[in-house]
This record gives sequence, structure tokens and C-alpha cells, in this order.
Amino acid sequence: MATIYVDDRPYEVDPAKNLLEECLSKGLDLPYFCWHPALGSVGACRQCAVKQYRDENDQRGRIVMACMTPAMDGARISIRDKDAVQFRAGIIELLMSNHPHDCPVCDEGGECHLQDMTVMTGHNYRGYRFGKRTFTNQQLGPFINHEMNRCITCYRCVRYYRDYAGGKDLDAFASHNHVYFGRHEDGALENEFSGNLVEICPTGVFTDKTLKQHYTRKWDLQTAPSVCAHCSLGCNTIAGERYGQLRRILNRYNAQVNGYFLCDRGRFGYGFVNGDRRLRQPRLLQDGESRPVSGAEALKRTALLLGRQSRVIGIGSPRASVEANFALRTLVGSRNFFSGMAPGEEHLVARMLHVLRGAGVRTPSLCEVESADAVLVLGEDVTQTAPLLALAIRQAVKQAPRRQAMQLRIPRWDDAALNEVMQQQKGPLYIATPAGTRLDEAATQCFRGAPDDVARLGFAVARALDATAPPVRGLSREERAAVQAIAGALRKAERPVVVSGSGCGSEAVVDAAAQVARALGGAGTANLCFTAAECNSFGLGLLNAMGTAEAFQRVADGLVDTVVVLENDLYRRVGRASVEAMLASAHVVAIDHSATDTVAGAEVAFPSGTFAETEGTMVNNEGRAQRFYQVFVPQGEVKPAWSWLGELAQAAGRTELTGLRSPDDLLAALGRAVAAFEGLPERVAGASFRVNGEKVPRLSPRASGRTAVSANVNVHEPKPPEDPDSPLAFTMEGYPQQPPSPLITRFWAPGWNSVQSLNKFQAEVGGALAGGDPGMRLIEPVANGAAAYTDEIPPAFRRRAGEFLVVPLHHIFGSDEQSAVAPAVAQRSPGPYAALSPEDAQTLGVQDGEFVEIELDGGMFQLPALLMSSMTVGVLGVPVGIGSLRGVDLPARSRCRRV
Amino acid sequence: MLSMLRTIWTVLLHLFRRPITVQYPEEKPYLPPRYRGRIILSRDPDGDERCVGCYLCSAACPVDCIALQAGERPDGRRYPEFFRINFSRCIFCGLCEEACPTYAIQLTPDFELCDYNRQNLVYEKEDLLINGPGKYPGYNFYRVAGLAVSGKEKGASENEDKPVDVKSLLP
Repeated sequence: MATIYVDDRPYEVDPAKNLLEECLSKGLDLPYFCWHPALGSVGACRQCAVKQYRDENDQRGRIVMACMTPAMDGARISIRDKDAVQFRAGIIELLMSNHPHDCPVCDEGGECHLQDMTVMTGHNYRGYRFGKRTFTNQQLGPFINHEMNRCITCYRCVRYYRDYAGGKDLDAFASHNHVYFGRHEDGALENEFSGNLVEICPTGVFTDKTLKQHYTRKWDLQTAPSVCAHCSLGCNTIAGERYGQLRRILNRYNAQVNGYFLCDRGRFGYGFVNGDRRLRQPRLLQDGESRPVSGAEALKRTALLLGRQSRVIGIGSPRASVEANFALRTLVGSRNFFSGMAPGEEHLVARMLHVLRGAGVRTPSLCEVESADAVLVLGEDVTQTAPLLALAIRQAVKQAPRRQAMQLRIPRWDDAALNEVMQQQKGPLYIATPAGTRLDEAATQCFRGAPDDVARLGFAVARALDATAPPVRGLSREERAAVQAIAGALRKAERPVVVSGSGCGSEAVVDAAAQVARALGGAGTANLCFTAAECNSFGLGLLNAMGTAEAFQRVADGLVDTVVVLENDLYRRVGRASVEAMLASAHVVAIDHSATDTVAGAEVAFPSGTFAETEGTMVNNEGRAQRFYQVFVPQGEVKPAWSWLGELAQAAGRTELTGLRSPDDLLAALGRAVAAFEGLPERVAGASFRVNGEKVPRLSPRASGRTAVSANVNVHEPKPPEDPDSPLAFTMEGYPQQPPSPLITRFWAPGWNSVQSLNKFQAEVGGALAGGDPGMRLIEPVANGAAAYTDEIPPAFRRRAGEFLVVPLHHIFGSDEQSAVAPAVAQRSPGPYAALSPEDAQTLGVQDGEFVEIELDGGMFQLPALLMSSMTVGVLGVPVGIGSLRGVDLPARSRCRRV
Repeated sequence: MLSMLRTIWTVLLHLFRRPITVQYPEEKPYLPPRYRGRIILSRDPDGDERCVGCYLCSAACPVDCIALQAGERPDGRRYPEFFRINFSRCIFCGLCEEACPTYAIQLTPDFELCDYNRQNLVYEKEDLLINGPGKYPGYNFYRVAGLAVSGKEKGASENEDKPVDVKSLLP
């Protein structure tokens, strides 16, 4: 610890930080542009000028940039000094001399860092008489709007996009006051994390194009803390609504999970909430015709199906909250509750949970992955299945070279100097997958092979790390060399991490990853990171549901009268024939937010709420249980799934759900019923939670239009909706100051309207939120007990003539069921294809784009061939969730021929 | 006694003063142009609506009686998809006019807004929009803003240079 004096007041600071960070951490207001806590300092904008004095007798001092000056012990600085104030006002006047007169039509207006800083420095009149420099804009795709005139040349966009996110297609062009930030030509930004430019850009150069289509100012959005529902990482988000529509997703900082950033799927995939595929009215199927009915009529019909004599089973869902799944489990009984995951996925989730709760391994948070110094990825295309994990890995590869650079006594925050020394060097990252991935460019070495070969590589690495692990026989010379290299890098690393998951559908790969983690030893160090397919896969896995296949078997055996399907499109899980057989032989009651094929075939369908219209808990890949809160009251008869289940039970005269009337009740019952959730109900801010006796408002104090919004319907204003289920209120009334960290509805502080106000919510800039990061880890390894190695090592993959191993290939845009419907994401989604290696294409005699026919699960599928040079020979990749190929358990062997 | 007589005398004198009141409604009082009465939305000199849907009026409104939704026309101009003022709530404070960056929303000297039915006091954009620029005849926001709209490319606004050629390295 060091002591610095700011305007003659002493502050205890960390000498490894710079003055700007420390001033902001202490709550002092100091304007800045080019610095960002995740990007470090470059000293480009000159905005954070302060005066530094040699000692207490020094009267003259000198102006320094706070972001480029270490917070050394005894440093004396002044923020309020007249010269420093004048200097900062002059800088902002320079930056503003070309800024257009755009604020009323700028999407950043009202949450603009440039506006805030201009007000903070007091500049208000443009003294420069001459013309303003202008630029033409570019079309940057469906996510980002470009308005280059507004640029103040802080360079944060390219530093983020190129250095942090690993993008290639955004750069600075031209020179002097003509510097231009854009692509070499019009076109969609290729990087999967381009949406963060919206928050990185201190002004309105890069803005959210999806928000523009239904534009609302920040102060008018009704916002609530939410959790992303589009992959298993559970990034924290702030979802905003206006006029009954979800209008945008912003990042909600959680130092342990997503930090400052979101992926584009999470940020722009919200469109499904407003989509026309939404189910807003219960539906009844009569004479093959589905028609909308009232809730009462649908309940009456269902009461007959769920009666006491009827044999009811429930099928849960990995995209429904823990509460909804548990409500269904309670209603039908745990012996009649089936997971609803695809059989292969279900198996893998159970396996991963078994590993993570066993001995010898611990799963890291995303933040811990970022600080890993050697990474081995087995079988998972993380950029597509768990995008933010890929961003974390991109930071991890900088750890080793950065550590070397810091030995030259360069401080960690000095970004330009570190980059100069590091010179694009990369730390050890090894990737073994069936096909090429976007992360390959950051990798030290890539290994291509069928899932079994990937697993064998993993097992061999484990053996190389620990001689007591079972050996792998029959490896090629190249494989043995790769194994030695990987094992050497992992052994040398202080914090090695193995990343794997259900992405390639292979249990052997999951086992191999676990084997490597165990061989690395050092129980307690976080070294094994798994990803699953959906947002609550692990939460559902912890509920110990029965296997999905068994549900279909029971229906086929005639042991079931009624099936309740919770937020699940079964056509995506099992083959079409099985689902149709179930729909034909049992009464199916579906509860879902969108009109899926399962809903269309169900006898009765009830409209449930999406993540934005309900409240619940999801468990992410780290085992972190996180609460998401309702953002707005939905239109129509949309209700939370657990609420429908309660009403169903009541209508049918069943008592299982009596007394479980809210998510809090359900969570409390869950904590009692399932050991894994023990302690969670006490940790969650439930409906009775109050801050100073008050609820936390979802609306900002400046929210507008209260007496006019519905005046066209009725001039008498309705009472604002009440929220009995959460500590948040649907009004602007309530606790006016910063709420506890799990209930942060927006980042705003006096004088800080933009997202940069986040520094007022953190205990220390770049660190945890004040009061701790939200979420509770439910998965911890057993404290002691020996880690046992598995010796079930698969034989090497052998191709058979005319036959392929079909593996799933994931896509960030398109593979996730919910976000794929969002218009912006749908535009970036690829079409169906069959990816082949050029050698295989030659053997089959197909050209790129020509159709091939594959036989899977008894069905024939015709797909256009896509030649992929990174594809393993003998393996054929098909996109997950795209096109007609659904409900097939992959990987699977298939015959393939040219059409 | 004396005070009573003085009062009677004062009243008597007032009989010969000119009256201040007028015979409303037959006779209308003079109201200055800046009187704060019924709110209108004006058009710019080219005849297009001035409102750009920036939400500043609704944010400034102390009784929250303005609601709107911003939209964007294919030519790049922002406009309000709907614009609603609930005059049964309006207190005619004029803060919306003060907040408006484009001189779109203006208060007029028309104060006769009574109605037997409150619902009739909800004005939509069609009711608010007039066919002229109101108090500010010359101003056109899009001639000043950096945004390109049809008929005005980048760099064609007042006090703007032609767009930069990014590929040139000349000073």
C-alpha cells in the first residue's frame, strides 16, 4: 500500500495502479477517454491531466497525465488546480471542434461519455470558427451503426477490437486529423464480440443498430438485472423494455463472469422476445386445428388430462429456469420427471457434473480462465458454443508474454509499452477439434482429428503429465510430439486450464479433459472448464431428472396418459418419428413462450414468459446459480411457466404445488429437496428483500410519459403493475441510491450517465462490484478423496469406405434456438451445409455447393457440400440447429453419396 | 367610523375608473406571442416536420404528459412515429419548448382548451402538427446537424467541410 495526496488529502492506494485508476477508485471525478479498465492506458487523449508536485513545498508543479503516472508512494497531485482544469477544458474544446451538432438524433445521447466529460470540464461554446471535418460512414452489418463524424480519435475501438477481441477487420486509416476508424470496405464486422464497441466507444460512432429500430433513451427504458439465456456461460446482462417490447441488452458487470463484455449473440439475440412467433394466448388442438382460447377454457380442458387417475409425466427443459423445472418435477413426482435434453447431451451433462463434483478438479470462473497461462481446448469450438470463454482464452494467451514483459518493470496498465515488448507473442494455447475454429489463429498448435482421436490426445497428455495414468497405444509420431509439447507447456504453467464440453458430443473427450485436469493435480487450483449446450443445462442436470429417451419409451409402452412439456421443442431433441409417436399416443400439454413445432402438435398449449417476462434462477457452466429478474409485464395471457403449472395443478385438484406460489417458495422447497441447492434460497434476494425499507425501482427517476403512454386508450392512468415476486418495483419509486450488487438495474451515477459510471459501482476499478459479485457457486469438488483415472480409452478413429462420421458444428449465430429467431442474428446465420475435407469431396466427386445426401437416424438429408480445408478426413460436419437436420444424436456414422 | 367613510369613498372613486376586465368571450384579450398556451409541433421552412424524436421534451415534462416513439425514415430523417400530449395533465410550464433542440415543440397563445370529456384532451401528432415554422421561421435542424439525410449528403451542412478522402495522405 502507498499513500498519495490528492488536493492535500491522503489516500491509501495500490502502487501497481496508475493515478487515474486510483482517483476513480476513491470516488474522485476525473475525466478520461482513451483509458479503459480492461484495455489499460496509452495516454492518447490527454484528458486526464492533473498537476503533480514534487513535495509539499513545491508550489509550481507540472501537468502530468494521470493514466500514465504510477500511483507512487508520497505522490502529491491536484485535480482542482487551475492550470489542470484549464488544460482539460482546452483538450475537450479541441476534441469537440469537429463534433457534429447531432445529440438530438444520436443514439448515444443521454448515455454518452463525451457528453458527461464535456459537462464535467465545463466546456460549452465552440470557439473554433472554421468548418467541421466530416467523413462518410460505412455499413457495418446488422449489429452496429457507424457515424464517423462523431469520432474523437481516442483509439479505444481498434484497441479493443484488434488487441483485446482479436478482430482483424477494423482499423485506423489515414493520418493527422483525418484518422478514420472502419473497415477496408463496407461489410459486417466479422468479430463475434463487435457489439462491445457500443459500450467501448465513448461517443456515438458505434451504436446498437437493433436499438435504433425501436429507439428509446436510456432514461426511458425499464431495466432489470438479467442473465443471458443463449449459452451456458450465464453472462450478466441488463435488459431494457419500453412500450411492452424488449429493446436492448447491455452488459451487467460481474467480475467473476463476463466482466465488461458480452458476445454478439447475447447482445443482439433478444429479438425473439418481441417476435411474431411468440405464443400470447393458450391454444387448443381440436380436429387437427389449433385455435386460441381463454386461459380458463384451456385450464378446464387440462384439468381432465391431469386428474388424479391419469398417469402424468413431465419433460423439463435446459432453457427453462430451475424454478420452473422444479415446479414440474414437484407436480409429476421425481420418478416421472424427465430432463428433456437430447439423450447424448444429457449423458454428457451428467458426466461433466460427475467430474466437477468429484475429487481433484475445480472449475474456474471466466475471470480465472482469463488469468490462465496455458490452455488446452479439447473438442470444443468455444467461439461458437461459449463465445465469451473464447474471449477469456484470448486474454489468457497474453498472460505468459505479459509476465515476461513485466519483468522489465513495465507496469501492467501501460498497454502501449507492454504491446511493444510482447510483439504479438502468444502464450501456450493448444486446440484439438474435428474442424478448424476461429480461435486457431491464437493457438500455439492445433490438432485435427475425429472426436475419438481428440480424446486419445487428451489421454496421452494426461499420461505424459503423470506416469500413473493409463497409457495410450498406437499414436503417430506427430501425435507423440504434440503430446510432449502440450504436456510440457501445461507442466510449466502456474495456472493451466483445460477447456472442453459437450460441443462435439463425445463422452471420451469429456473424460479425456477430466483426465488431463486430474493429472495436472494440485487439487484446489481451478483447471477444468466445461461448457454445456444451453443456459440452464447444469441447473437441470443438478435436478437428477430421468433420461429423455425413457420418457419416449414409457409413452411407447402405453404407460403414460398425459405428458407435460415445459419450454421445450422436442423436435430438436429426438427424431421426428419419436415425437410424432408421442403426440399421437399421449395427451401432450405444452408450456412455451414461442410457437414451436411441439406447441403446434400439443393438445393444449400455454404461453409462458421469456427470460425478460419471468423471474428465476439459472446455473451456468461454472455451477454459479444466478437470479434473473422480470423486466416487464407481458401482454396477453403470458404467465411464468411455474405459475401455469400451479394453476394446472389447482384446476386438476392436485395438491403437489399448493403453497408454492412464487419463485421464492419454489426455491425454498428446492433447497430442501435437492442437496445441491442447499443454502441457495438464503443467498437470493427474494421478494421480501428491501433496501432501507424500500423496493428497488426498475425505472430511472427521469422516466417519462407516465400520464400519456396509455392515454390514447384511456385518459385515466392505470395503477402501475405490482410485483409481488421480487424486490424490484415497476415504477420509478423506491430506493434512489445504489442497490446491492445482485439488484443493479442500471449503471448510472450523478454526472456519469454513460456505462462508464460502472466505476462508481465497483469496490475498486476493474475489481469486484461493491458488496461482492452476485451469484453462488453450487458445484464444488469434494474436499478429499483420490482422483481415479479412467482407462476407457477409445481406439483410434478408422474411416470406412463410403461412410462418414457426422459431427455437429456449432454457430454463434443460428445454433441457439432462441437467439436464432432474432432478426439481426438471423441475418448472420449460415444456411445448412455438409462440411467435407477437400480429399473426401474429391473421393465423392462433389464440388463446393453441390448436394450430397446423408442418412441419419433413418432419415435422408440432402445438404449442399461445403469444402473445408481444416476438416478431418473421414469426418463430415453439419451445422447444429440450422436447417431440417434436427433431433439427431451426433456424432454418428452415416453413408454419404453425391446426389 | 372614519374608516367606513374612507372605504365608501374609495369604492365611489372606483366607479369612475376604466375597467381592466374584458367581455370574454365576445371580446378577446391580447396575449403576447410568447404566451404559454396550447402546444403545437411545427414544421421546418422546407415543410417537413421538425420533431426528430429526441425524447428531451418528454424527459423535461414535470407531469410526464408527453409520450412519443422515435422512428427513422428510409432517407435517414428521424421523426416521431407517434407523439401524444395529454393536455388534461399539461401544466403549460413551457419546459418542453425550452428543452426542444429543433424548435419543433412550441407553446402558442391559444388557451381555450376546455372540454366536457377528458379523453378529448389527448392530442396525437395529427392534432399537434401545424403547417408552418411557428415562432422560429428560419431554422432547419438538418442543415446544422452532421447527419446525412436525402438531399443533404455528408459535409453539406452549414459550417462543414467536404468529407475526407480517407485514402489520401496529403496534409
